[in-house]
Amino acid sequence: MAKISLSVNGERREVEADPAAPLIFVLRDQLGLTGPKLGCAQEQCGACAVIVDGERTLSCVRAASEFEGNEITTVEGLSGGGELSPIQQAFAEMGAAQCGYCTPGIVIAATALLSSNPRPSEDEIVEALHQHLCRCGSHRRVLAAIDNLIAGGV
Amino acid sequence: MAGSASLETHPGLDQWIEITEDERILVHTGKVDIGQRISTALAMIAAEELDVDYDRIDIKRTETGIDPNEGFTAGSMSMMHSGNAVRHAAATARARLLDMAADELGAERDSLEIDDGLIQVPGTNRSVSFWELAGGKPFEADVDIDIPVKAPAGHSVIGQTVLAKGMTGIVSGKMEYLHDLRLPGMKFGRLVRPPHYRASLKSLDAGVVERLEASGVSVIRNGSFLAVAAEGEYEAVKAAARLANAAEWDMGGGLPTQELYEALTANERISLPVVEGGAPIDAPVPALADPPAEAAATLSARYEKPYHMHGSIGPSAGCAVFEDGRLTVWTHNQGVYPLRAAIAEALEMEPDDVHVRFVPGAGCYGHNGADDAAFDAALCAIAVPGAPILLKWTRDDEHAWEPYGSAMVMELRASIDGGGRIIDWSHESYGDTFMGRPAPGRAGTPAEKLVSTHFMENPIDWPVPPPTMGAHVGIHRNLEPFYNFPVPRLVKNLVRGMPLRVSALRTLGAFGNTVAIEAFMNELAEAAGIDPVTFRLNHLDDDRAKECITALAGMMAADEAGDGDGLGQGIAFARYKNSAAYCATGAEVEITDEAEVKLTRAWIACDAGEVVDPHGLIAQLEGGYIQAASWTLYEQVTWDRDGITSRDWDSYPILRFDNVPEVECRLMERPGMPFLGAGETVAGPAGGAIANAIHDAIGIRLRRMPFNRDAIRAAALA
Repeated sequence: MAKISLSVNGERREVEADPAAPLIFVLRDQLGLTGPKLGCAQEQCGACAVIVDGERTLSCVRAASEFEGNEITTVEGLSGGGELSPIQQAFAEMGAAQCGYCTPGIVIAATALLSSNPRPSEDEIVEALHQHLCRCGSHRRVLAAIDNLIAGGV
Repeated sequence: MAGSASLETHPGLDQWIEITEDERILVHTGKVDIGQRISTALAMIAAEELDVDYDRIDIKRTETGIDPNEGFTAGSMSMMHSGNAVRHAAATARARLLDMAADELGAERDSLEIDDGLIQVPGTNRSVSFWELAGGKPFEADVDIDIPVKAPAGHSVIGQTVLAKGMTGIVSGKMEYLHDLRLPGMKFGRLVRPPHYRASLKSLDAGVVERLEASGVSVIRNGSFLAVAAEGEYEAVKAAARLANAAEWDMGGGLPTQELYEALTANERISLPVVEGGAPIDAPVPALADPPAEAAATLSARYEKPYHMHGSIGPSAGCAVFEDGRLTVWTHNQGVYPLRAAIAEALEMEPDDVHVRFVPGAGCYGHNGADDAAFDAALCAIAVPGAPILLKWTRDDEHAWEPYGSAMVMELRASIDGGGRIIDWSHESYGDTFMGRPAPGRAGTPAEKLVSTHFMENPIDWPVPPPTMGAHVGIHRNLEPFYNFPVPRLVKNLVRGMPLRVSALRTLGAFGNTVAIEAFMNELAEAAGIDPVTFRLNHLDDDRAKECITALAGMMAADEAGDGDGLGQGIAFARYKNSAAYCATGAEVEITDEAEVKLTRAWIACDAGEVVDPHGLIAQLEGGYIQAASWTLYEQVTWDRDGITSRDWDSYPILRFDNVPEVECRLMERPGMPFLGAGETVAGPAGGAIANAIHDAIGIRLRRMPFNRDAIRAAALA
């Protein structure tokens, strides 16, 4: 076990963890942030995505200790003060989720995309979501929610 | 107004509607929300009939002993069962509350008005609320189905757009899934599965077990069932890896590797004729006679679909605690009561000593690993009494051990006369069972349907299910065509000796049967020289079916479907189970230079009877279309002698964001008509429309799914 110091959702958090533990286990089990989901544990499905220094990053393989010094944002960190972010709001209104297990990862991917590229092309959106699997078939609604946001000038 | 089978078994009003002390309404249901928005629809129905705001309605998560036993949440039946029950229950509750208010206020009952649960005497300041009258108190009355429900003209909630129950929690990451459960003293469990179904544990390095246990990890061994439980989840992951390395397996004979489609039609089988109404009968199968003398053309075709996975994005999980001889289980399965019976039987416990509670999981689309994972957690909990064990399957466990949707072969032959009318029709379907759910009242025992019972000490034999004889159940779901043909020859073949574990996957046999029927209808239309829309309409009497197809054709014509270089378009139609929702679908595809099918646009016209939650229904239809497109184009389970080889998302590809069509959906307006189940209606027609669109684009008729690049290249070379 080792001391790991992480900056998560704007707060400094110190944990005692196995230095080899993938970030997701520290987030979920030690920090109680269960928004990131374990889907494959092999960087194939996107359910575990978080934002690290502005970039969409998968948390299910890389060790938490690699993220010391970075700014990590989980899906919970997007809704400051209990208010949904515009992206979360757009997803909710569009019904862009059924079971919702993949949704936090997709919300993270959309957030990372739009914060670096506020007016992405259709191809850029698809590219940004390509690693995210959804089994319920909410893809069309996810794309529509993002399109609405872009049209609304978020 | 339709009654509900659920009210016959649960007639008590208090079994459905609870006026809580905290000024809310709690609706009890035996149906669980697996992403299909049944909670939203039930809340809308309750809000409508009670005159209470939708936001004030909560839907209880089902648990044994408290909530109604409505069997499984399956087969697109929830609106007919729970939807009708809640509607009548809410109408009864409203009537009784009005009676109470009339007494309380000394007013004429019929003069009273209700606004969000506040009953008022108009023109006065006299009022009393539902909660003042009945908060925390039972009604102690039965649901009265003779109390009229609201007429559609008076609806203010039904048919509107609402924010789905749970949606805010989902998008904010705060919704609690079973995987997120945290209980005092809880430990995390992981399995160490054998390499495949036929393997058994030969040896386990005792030194490794000792060292794991010395470090505080519980090692659970019961025959060839192996698991670990540890304080932390990552600790459990590591411990499972160490235990896996310490295990040696006897591989038995390995898995059968006979060519799949050969096995389906060559293996021993039980063959039964399926008659009008869609049920098999125990009688000899009539021989396939020569085509009628007046046949102008006779076509034969054989369609094939592989094994499909449910492929939940979250691997299955279960949680259990064993204390004082009682077992509590948390599950994301589709029926807490059947699971209770199965677990009790497998563990030789009294059902009353097993309490099962639903907590949401990832979408399941049928009988996935949820029941198995719950039982695995129970096995661990019994071995580690007092500590709740949250056991999660890995991605590898899920891909390799979930019960798949059976592979199928559909053999069709039909003749048309000189006027393009079908005058002879034969359809034989071959497959393994779809009826593998652990449930009492079905063939075999519930326990034998839980996978780990085959690996425990004194293992139970694998089930050998008899053919199910109900209408539209299993292989023969939608085997009977909805079209008007002279008495068709229909045969269900339940095939033995198939290699993989199978059970209910969304639509059961209807997907394979409908794809085959709808592709074959296009083949016949082409032979008749009649366009596919007219050809179908010529063989239908049912006005609602015809309206769906006509609406679809209109949408596609307006959108100029298929107009453009390299594009193809196709349609398909089915009425799910020939009794649930009607659905016509269209597909437009482009075949790329890399021989891949690109889905450009899709159209859906659906008649689901009265629609409570149109936004939710459209989401179900779009989602079902996309999932079926994924089955059609990408998916197949693979294996060899040493086990399943499609064990992750690279080896079992599914549709991604780069191949999502534009989807336009039209719901037929049927206010006041009975609910028709709609959660599964689109899948078969979606696959059929895509098959037909591919043929339209490149002139090649593909008959073996998946229609991927390899299939198109092989067909083009043939």
